[in-house]
Amino acid sequence: MLTRTRITLSALVAGAMLAALTALAEPAPAKPNTATAAPQAPTVAKQKSASTADHSKFKELDKDFKTGPEVTEACLICHNEAAKQVQHTKHWTWESVDPKTGQKRGKKNIINNYCTSPISNEKDCMACHAGYGWKDSSFDFTVEKNVDCLVCHDTTGTYRKLPGDAGHPVYVRREFPPGSGKFVEAVDLKKVAQNIGKPSRTNCGSCHFFGAGANGAKHGDLSSSLQHPDKYLDVHMDEKGLNFSCATCHSTSSHQVSGSRYNVAAAVTGPAHIRGKVDTSNPASCQSCHGNKPHPAKMSRLNDHTNKIACQTCHIPEYARDNIGTERSWDWSQATVMGPDGKPFVRKDSAGRRAFDSKKGAWVWESYVIPEYRWFNGVSKFKVIGDKIDPSKTVQINEVGGSPNDPDSRIWPTNVHRGKQPYDKVNLTLTLQHTGGEDDTALWHNYDWQKAITAGMKAGGLPYSGQYGFVDTEQTWPITHMVAPKGDALTCVQCHDSKTGGRLKNVKGIYMPGRGDNNQLLDKAGWALALLTLLGVLAHGAGRIYMSYRKG
Amino acid sequence: MSEKIYVFKRFERFWHWSQATLIIFMLITGFEVHGSYHLFGFGQAVNLHTISAWTLIGLWVFAIFWHFTTGEWKQYIPTLDKVIAMIKFYSVGIFIHAPHPFKATQLKKHNPLQRLAYLGVLLFIGPLLWTSGWFYLFFGDWSVWGVDKYVSLEWVAFFHTAGAFMMLLFLIAHVYLTTAGHTPTSHIKAMITGWEEVD
Repeated sequence: MLTRTRITLSALVAGAMLAALTALAEPAPAKPNTATAAPQAPTVAKQKSASTADHSKFKELDKDFKTGPEVTEACLICHNEAAKQVQHTKHWTWESVDPKTGQKRGKKNIINNYCTSPISNEKDCMACHAGYGWKDSSFDFTVEKNVDCLVCHDTTGTYRKLPGDAGHPVYVRREFPPGSGKFVEAVDLKKVAQNIGKPSRTNCGSCHFFGAGANGAKHGDLSSSLQHPDKYLDVHMDEKGLNFSCATCHSTSSHQVSGSRYNVAAAVTGPAHIRGKVDTSNPASCQSCHGNKPHPAKMSRLNDHTNKIACQTCHIPEYARDNIGTERSWDWSQATVMGPDGKPFVRKDSAGRRAFDSKKGAWVWESYVIPEYRWFNGVSKFKVIGDKIDPSKTVQINEVGGSPNDPDSRIWPTNVHRGKQPYDKVNLTLTLQHTGGEDDTALWHNYDWQKAITAGMKAGGLPYSGQYGFVDTEQTWPITHMVAPKGDALTCVQCHDSKTGGRLKNVKGIYMPGRGDNNQLLDKAGWALALLTLLGVLAHGAGRIYMSYRKG
Repeated sequence: MSEKIYVFKRFERFWHWSQATLIIFMLITGFEVHGSYHLFGFGQAVNLHTISAWTLIGLWVFAIFWHFTTGEWKQYIPTLDKVIAMIKFYSVGIFIHAPHPFKATQLKKHNPLQRLAYLGVLLFIGPLLWTSGWFYLFFGDWSVWGVDKYVSLEWVAFFHTAGAFMMLLFLIAHVYLTTAGHTPTSHIKAMITGWEEVD
């Protein structure tokens, strides 16, 4: 009997030893160190171009161009596929189809939470269209000479497109904004054409930093501070360091720019991209360079987070990390409110940012904003023109997809922008309004909502009941720019905090140690039993002491 | 007159005290990770807890080897002999200075209740903590192991915490019962010097 027990126990012990030794030999999971794709020496702006062509020597460009399309025609003599390529991009079509749902999004189709919609306002809005002449719905998207090459390829910094010109650059010196006393010079198209190059941060930023009509207003993680960023603001774009351009991450092929707000790669897994390896995933993701296990062995615990948390959650601790800030809300219902003298007025906040304008309503700005965190799987369903809304609830301009149990979802930092927009009280749709322009129906000219909505709805082909109200709206942007240096990333306790619940306190469906997610029954029972045991042994001990005194 | 016998060998004493230190330290850091209080800071508590866990695993490898080669594992074979006598002693006899019903020898160094308690720690609390702790430690590999569909961190944490509470209860009772030897300090002295005073 004893022998049998001994054999069984020996086997058990030997098994346990083997297991323990195996564990010691391999103490931690494999952590391929994919973090460091050696950064190339930054190309300084003034450095001689690496191009094999000097455009200033081409006779095709040595002429006094009168218009943008004339320049494009010259470009297309050599780059004869370029316009066709551009015409397949969102920069040209302002349309993006959701590959999963088939929904047509893009600026042309959605209503956003800022300027709402370009429909009927094309002359103004198309200052940011990579084309010339889109002034109304009659625009012909097949005309190649209307592609604007220069807005992305100008290296002189002198190419300007202003609202009102339907995407044409400034041909004649003019005062802008009207009545401001500031003048914008006519663009020297020959000079610009002879000095073209690869897009820089300034090119992309000329539109993307100033979305919604003010610096930093729209995205929160994009503003003109990224033109000359320091390391604190963006570890990759740091002008004195890695000095990335936008296209370093948004790598582009056939003019098709990778990475999109509409189709976000929310849950990238697997190792980093390798040269020559066929890889169709989005190169504009953190993982495309860093892989999915980027932290070194001694911080391997952090790698365990990557199947639940986007890199951005820890590495972008705040957005709008500059004094420019970003807009947190836009209340259109305040538009057309006049000053005491009955005249339109503007007001700025204490930091000099627009706070009120009789044309556009009221804004609230903020800098160094702590994001709101949500599950996100990369799919957003947008409100497109004509979609029905429920005015009793806050209208979600985009419904962010994702859930805790979905393997393609991660916890993302988001910029939630709140607003108030006009809607049709009978047809229950968000309205289109004609805002820009000098005509009688333009809101910014006549301050008449009824006329502006009537004109906007007509231009968009939507029915309008004639009754409008204002509804609360909300738009959610995932945050991905302004990546902080590692020293500024979130620390453990900023999320694993039982006192406050931490940064992720509103993120449900996940158990996080140290957040107070504990089983309350177990905690109460455990501590109660521990206390009882303690009291029990103390009483026992006291009894012994008492008895020995009595005896003594 | 009392006599002294050599009960705990040098490795045994080393193992006991280093294990005791590690377990107490892991209780302190573990309950901080659990969110019960703030002491080292969450990240630091996780690191210290993890380092302690690996150290304890190393210690156990040696201890298992030692018990196996010396045959000392037999000390944990349970017996019901004198269990009733021990319970009577702790509940009555100890108050009236009745003689201790168990006399430790080098071959039987634990009283029957100790044997049962330690076996319980070895076969129940230990494996509960080790298994759940192992899952906790390798959270990032669940999908590689193919267990992520069946295991949730919530339940791993539940069992790990339950094990920790049991270990805490054991610790409290154990520390107190070290004073319940032939004299209040005889057990403690034995675990320090190796020599136990017996009647």
